[in-house]
Amino acid sequence: MQHLPTNLRLLMGAGLLILVLIGIGVYFQTEQLETDTIPKDGEIRNAEAPLQVDGIESQVENGIHEPTGFIAGEGLSLVIAHCTACHSAKLVTQNRADREGWEKIIRWMQRTQNLWDLGEQEAAILDYLSENYAPVQTGRRRPLTNIDWYELKE
Amino acid sequence: MKKSFNRRKFIKNASLGSMAALLGAEIVYALPEGYTPLALQQNQDPGKLFGKHKEMRVLNDLPWNIEAQAHLLDDSVTPAAKMFIRNNGLIPEEIDPESWTLTIKGESVTQEKTYSLETLKSQFPMHTYQLVLECGGNGRSEYYPPAKGNQWTIGAVSCASWTGIRLRDVLRDVGVNEDAVYIGYYGADTHLSRDPDKNPISRGIPLNKAMEDQTLLAFAMNGEDIPVAHGYPLRLIASGFPASASGKWIHTLSIRNKIHDGEKMAPPSYSVPCEPVEPGTEVPNEAMCIIENMPVKSLITYPKSGALIGAGQPLSIRGHAWAGAKKVQTVDYSIDFGATWKSCSLQEPVNPFAWQRFEATISFPEKGYYEVWAKATDSDGISQPMLTPGWNPKGYLNNACHRIAIKIS
Repeated sequence: MQHLPTNLRLLMGAGLLILVLIGIGVYFQTEQLETDTIPKDGEIRNAEAPLQVDGIESQVENGIHEPTGFIAGEGLSLVIAHCTACHSAKLVTQNRADREGWEKIIRWMQRTQNLWDLGEQEAAILDYLSENYAPVQTGRRRPLTNIDWYELKE
Repeated sequence: MKKSFNRRKFIKNASLGSMAALLGAEIVYALPEGYTPLALQQNQDPGKLFGKHKEMRVLNDLPWNIEAQAHLLDDSVTPAAKMFIRNNGLIPEEIDPESWTLTIKGESVTQEKTYSLETLKSQFPMHTYQLVLECGGNGRSEYYPPAKGNQWTIGAVSCASWTGIRLRDVLRDVGVNEDAVYIGYYGADTHLSRDPDKNPISRGIPLNKAMEDQTLLAFAMNGEDIPVAHGYPLRLIASGFPASASGKWIHTLSIRNKIHDGEKMAPPSYSVPCEPVEPGTEVPNEAMCIIENMPVKSLITYPKSGALIGAGQPLSIRGHAWAGAKKVQTVDYSIDFGATWKSCSLQEPVNPFAWQRFEATISFPEKGYYEVWAKATDSDGISQPMLTPGWNPKGYLNNACHRIAIKIS
């Protein structure tokens, strides 16, 4: 390439880079076509890796991500991606634990339930869970709440 | 089922974090290639899917876990519509009763044998009993610190009429060696990860429990085929034990010369600390004991909590009480938070392991807010606690008294 003018060499280099980028784009575009969105309630997925999550911001109402019931917050998309690939979001939202407790649950799922390595994303997932689903001190027996009062006719 | 193991390896080998950084995106890709959505489970309405009552509470839909509320359990014999569902895995997709078989094997079987459903039904005498099934984690939601898992309140209990053959009769037919101590079950449900090499649950019962009159291999519930969600076409019924011992969709039983070691058999699953512990204690597995019989418990099933009644109007209450392998001796009620107790009338069980109906008529002294608390006492004189009982890491065995709110105006 030494015989070519510098400008042309730069141009070719740039062209090559664009081709590579297009290639990557096409590759992941194809991947996207094969991927899926959040499972509907009760829908069963072959879960072996996190789900792709897109456009969840538009699905948040009053601080709740409507399709899953998750509290909206930093890390929500990661939690949807990794947790709901295998089980319902309800299994998360009905539970409460501190950061250590959530980490134990993740380790247990990795040890026994085929959960994958969460890599660097684990810290953000633990932040989300421990902030939004922390234990609430309830005492030894909590008062009856949400009583649905009605006239009893005998 | 087609599995995308190559892609999975690809994801595993590339660190998620580094890939995310490379792509400048937060998420790497989900690759559920070739999965088959279950026609049965695509519909999210448990009313349409399983014929459940509209007031049943869905705790989890993957896997399905659904509980009743106290007032739904008023029937003496629980109908399928009001029976809780507790699944660890996915309900089997295709069930063919014509080709279904039960194989009895294990270290302590005299001779391994396989039966068709038809053979089981025709070769052994049929028995019908009303039998309580209660999830070991029923009441888990009241423990603090919280225990992980489905947060059952009070509705993971039922007493349906089960028809089948005695497990004992089948065991005698195959022959049980002298060193046998435990029976383990294997069902046709699928692990949540869809890994065909993993069982969602494979528990069992000690041999002496297997030999009891009411321990059945059941074909029918309330006079009809067992609903699919409850174990069609063959379910082990071991009433009195946590309902996880009553395996669903059974295709294999293993006669073991040691405590069965299937999935969810080993502590901490369905186990509690052998000695009482302070709430929140980390308990090593070797200090945990497998739960056998469930404790005494009761539910007020009428009226529904929240009744408003007029001053001077008497209130009739009723409900059920049960006590694992024991009988319920007495049921009392209190309208003053346990300061005084009055006795309820109590019926005998129709058969061992059936729940018992209790009733009372209450007069309230003045206007105001009341709670009616019910407390059952078993044949050993052991009662339900008013507070949550001893904390345990997995939140089992909460048999605290049930109570309902009443206002007199």
